Amino acid sequence: MENIVHGVFLFLGLITVAFVLLITVYLIIAGMPAIGELGLFNFLFGKSWGPTYAVPEFGILPFILSSVYGTAGALLLGVPVGFFTAVYLAKLAPPKVKALVGAAVSLLAGIPSVVYGLVGMLVLVPAIRSIFNVPDGASLLAAIIVLSVMVLPSIINVSMTALEAVPKEYEDASLSLGASPIETYMRVTVPAAKSGIATAVVLGVGRALGEAMAVMMVSGNAPNMPSLFESVRFLTTAVASEMSYSSGLHRQALFSIALVLFLFIMLINAALNFILKHRKEG
Amino acid sequence: MSEIIKVKDLCLWYGSSQALKNISMDIPERSITAFIGPSGCGKSTFLKTLNRMNDLIPDVKITGEVKYDGRNIYGPGVDVNDLRREIGMVFQKPNPFPMSVYDNVAYGPRTHGIRSKAKLDEIVEKSLKNAAIWDELKDRLKKSALGLSGGQQQRLCIARSIAVKPEVVLLDEPTSALDPISTAKIEELIDELKREFTIVIVTHNMQQAARCADVTAFFYLGNLIEVGQTMQMFSTPNDRRTQDYITGRFG
Amino acid sequence: MKKNGMSARRRAYEILMRGAMYLAMGITCALVLFLIFYVLIKGGANITWELLSTTPSYLSGRIGILPDILNTLYIIAATLVIVLPLGVGAAIYLTEYAENKKVVGIIEYAAETLSGIPSIIYGLVGMLFFCQFWGMKTSLLAGALTLVIMNLPTIMRTTQESLKSVPQSYREGAFGLGAGKWRVIRTVVLPSSVDGIITGCILSLGRILGESAALLFTAGFAHALNGFFDGLTSAGATLTVALYVYAKEQGEFGVAFAIAAILMVLTLLINLTATLVGRYFKKRRDI
Repeated sequence: MENIVHGVFLFLGLITVAFVLLITVYLIIAGMPAIGELGLFNFLFGKSWGPTYAVPEFGILPFILSSVYGTAGALLLGVPVGFFTAVYLAKLAPPKVKALVGAAVSLLAGIPSVVYGLVGMLVLVPAIRSIFNVPDGASLLAAIIVLSVMVLPSIINVSMTALEAVPKEYEDASLSLGASPIETYMRVTVPAAKSGIATAVVLGVGRALGEAMAVMMVSGNAPNMPSLFESVRFLTTAVASEMSYSSGLHRQALFSIALVLFLFIMLINAALNFILKHRKEG
Repeated sequence: MSEIIKVKDLCLWYGSSQALKNISMDIPERSITAFIGPSGCGKSTFLKTLNRMNDLIPDVKITGEVKYDGRNIYGPGVDVNDLRREIGMVFQKPNPFPMSVYDNVAYGPRTHGIRSKAKLDEIVEKSLKNAAIWDELKDRLKKSALGLSGGQQQRLCIARSIAVKPEVVLLDEPTSALDPISTAKIEELIDELKREFTIVIVTHNMQQAARCADVTAFFYLGNLIEVGQTMQMFSTPNDRRTQDYITGRFG
Repeated sequence: MKKNGMSARRRAYEILMRGAMYLAMGITCALVLFLIFYVLIKGGANITWELLSTTPSYLSGRIGILPDILNTLYIIAATLVIVLPLGVGAAIYLTEYAENKKVVGIIEYAAETLSGIPSIIYGLVGMLFFCQFWGMKTSLLAGALTLVIMNLPTIMRTTQESLKSVPQSYREGAFGLGAGKWRVIRTVVLPSSVDGIITGCILSLGRILGESAALLFTAGFAHALNGFFDGLTSAGATLTVALYVYAKEQGEFGVAFAIAAILMVLTLLINLTATLVGRYFKKRRDI
């Protein structure tokens, strides 16, 4: 009896591993044929995507660059806001403010992406159109702004945990040298929490890179090379927007895009693990 | 010998419990003053009132005055940062920052506006020499301070605190986390330091007080029972409780 | 004291940093408040009993979201029923059985990897594996199974954390009475880890409610009214997917906002429950 139970639990434990393998294997099997047919270089660095042209073109450079620029832009806006909010909440905020804003941040984390997309569609997109006087506000900029809000909660929460874990002794030492509390937090506490803050940023990268629905609703979805006021398509939205009506090589190419996205995410995971390992040793 | 700190009628409450009761004493300049007493007697709390490190604890109330350089440090218009620059502190557990040895020592001077590399180099070298640790560390200034032994870390912390050129250095049981050899080194160092700085040390170790201090103060249950020249206090204490404590009857 | 006050340079730094913190805080709070009130006000006006209680009809042009509400409930129920035993079992294996550090490391690494994968990739693999390979077609069950994979790490982690905090003495006490391992787990370890399991359920609930990308190609867009078991085998849109379809494909922004308001209120409730449950269990543990 005990052996059977042990076996069952072992099986359940290994299911997670099986799922990871399943996803990896499926993506490789589904993603390789199109890459093989089109050539890796042409696929990754081709600047034009037109699967329905008379002579179909399958270059995904616009998607890769849009994803990279969009993620970078979202972090450029989101990291400073998230970081300073985290320092304030972790170190300066009165307990009541901390509890209240903490709850607000968890809410921000819990709001479904389609709701972000909807508000983005109806508030942000028209605002961009009228402020910058462009023909259509659905653009890379709109995606960047929506994503910057969506990455805020993970940046704030993870940085806060890291800042709170810094031993108080460091702060005492700095204060006793005549540094003010703010100087102490910025020059001792923050550097001591830097690997945690780096983790927060990397998690933010993962979230921005992987978001599909909100981006699909505000970015316009045209396969252009990225530019701030241009309608763009990300790796995620490239998969999502054509899947329902694609077939043949076109469909296989969409799987290949998913494979490229997956590799990006694996890279992020590796970076995360590197930081975590470093933190344990340092 | 003139007095650099004069405390008058100092009381301190944590919430509603009183931790210090009407403490009055003077601390002589360029000498070593030791606070002794059983744990929980208020000696560390008292030490922290001298550079206002208690400010950080919520619910603390302090009355009375602490005059440093003729000025009440709890009076209006006192800049705590200035105060702490002149009255530095070394803590019970060695607490070097997770940075290089050099950056640890340079942290204080940098905070106070010194940017020149040459000037910082000079201060770092001088402070480490004063803390008698230069020879051990001069080849690893760029290495992390967390890799040092406990004794080295504590001497580094002393170097860090004297790098801002304080007048007074408060030491809160600086050797309680260290082995006997490191302890001896720190005691030797403290004796050297009194030429340049006023030293106030909290210790639970009576031999340490007897060995190092010029003046000793005995605290018990939040009261200052007795203060006097160390030699006199350990040979002929005035108060019965002091006698009981130093002969090991309680504590 | 020699000098009075901080130098101009230090004071400027102080003001700059403080200003940056207040500004950042202000932005964060303003964003949250704006999102809550904008969605609730715009959506609240469009929520009617008819919308909540009917099915959409192309003939009359009526829109109702009852099927979407039911689909959401079905998919939540189906996902939790399947993922709970898997996640709790995996956590038990890791904390109670696994002796090989390497195996534990691999499983934990796999769980971390799973939680980093974007939902659109889950949707794609779910479509290939459940809908096509297993022949489930586009159905709520295929969607639920996809969500099972996505939520497995969450349940596993929270359960694991609470299993770890069960004092070793409980186990030793039971073993000392001659109980077998399985019996000890069933009677001693599991009951004391209920808090982790419930926390995991609440977190998963929020995640399932908010998920859309993984469901587009696995559960589909249909708005037909079904019972639970019929529902599982047929395609159906959840609230989030319906929101997307109404906003993006049909331009029915009123309906979309009504759904958004409902989702917002549910998210608020889920967060509130999570906080209260956390507080309750913490109190119970402290006693």
